[in-house]
Amino acid sequence: MDSNKYLDDISEIKNMMSRSSRFISLSGISGVLAGFYALVGAGLAYIRLKEFSSANYEGLSGRSSGLWGNDIIKDLAIIAISVIVLAVVTGIMLTVKKAKKSGEKMWDVSSRRLVLNFLLPLLTGGAFCLVLIQYGVAGLVAPATLVFYGLACINASKYTMRDIRYMGLAFIIIGLISTQFIGYGLYFWALGFGVCHIVYGALMHFKYDRK
Amino acid sequence: MSIINNINKAFDHRIRLGIMSILMVNDYADFKMLKELLGATDGNLASHTKALEKEEYILVEKQFIGRKPNTRYSATKLGKLQFKKHIDALEKLIGK
Repeated sequence: MDSNKYLDDISEIKNMMSRSSRFISLSGISGVLAGFYALVGAGLAYIRLKEFSSANYEGLSGRSSGLWGNDIIKDLAIIAISVIVLAVVTGIMLTVKKAKKSGEKMWDVSSRRLVLNFLLPLLTGGAFCLVLIQYGVAGLVAPATLVFYGLACINASKYTMRDIRYMGLAFIIIGLISTQFIGYGLYFWALGFGVCHIVYGALMHFKYDRK
Repeated sequence: MSIINNINKAFDHRIRLGIMSILMVNDYADFKMLKELLGATDGNLASHTKALEKEEYILVEKQFIGRKPNTRYSATKLGKLQFKKHIDALEKLIGK
């Protein structure tokens, strides 16, 4: 008799359970774009490295004079930071748009929890990478960033769509494999931050956004 | 008949349903979080939490964060059990 009211009740229960524990307005397209930026960045870095190695043909003599003294490091850092800033800004913009559309608040308990739990492993990883550079094992920086990013995704997956978990796993696997191919960090970065982001961003877009 | 008996009058309101749903999946929630999620006024929310507290379905903890008073709510074992029964009953009623 009151079947409609009960149906409303159930959907209200489901809605509250997911809204209070998960932030579901993450935009899939922003993942695709982040991957695209990463690939462009990796391409630029590759070209720059090529130029550098042909200019110093007799070998990487600059390396002993200190890692940060080189122009090449500065250029690579600029590329990396631009990629990160672009990806984060695009991500925030598209997510705000999606949150508005679905009537979800952008900065509420669930999004705060998501950001905090994502940043915790990520910042740990960042600090750890600085330590790696400090001790001169820069070759492990690329694997470490991939692994810690993967851990951050897995940790964050409890507070947003579950699917992020599998992307995190993919990153960890790529990161661990790359430990065995030191010196090819750029390729693994492109594979992880580029290809993985595009694949998962597209999957999420078709699964959640296309309506 | 037994299904109807499991429909719990204490949960028969959108706000109470919301409060219980939130506390089922979160260890605790404070007043502000409940208010934001449910879009209820202070007085309205307070009366519903009081009703649930009287049934001993939720636990209310008042504390201070710095100097600000903060009220934290969590679901009791009894509350979780009763709410599960309530959901099961709803589902059966829809299924008919």
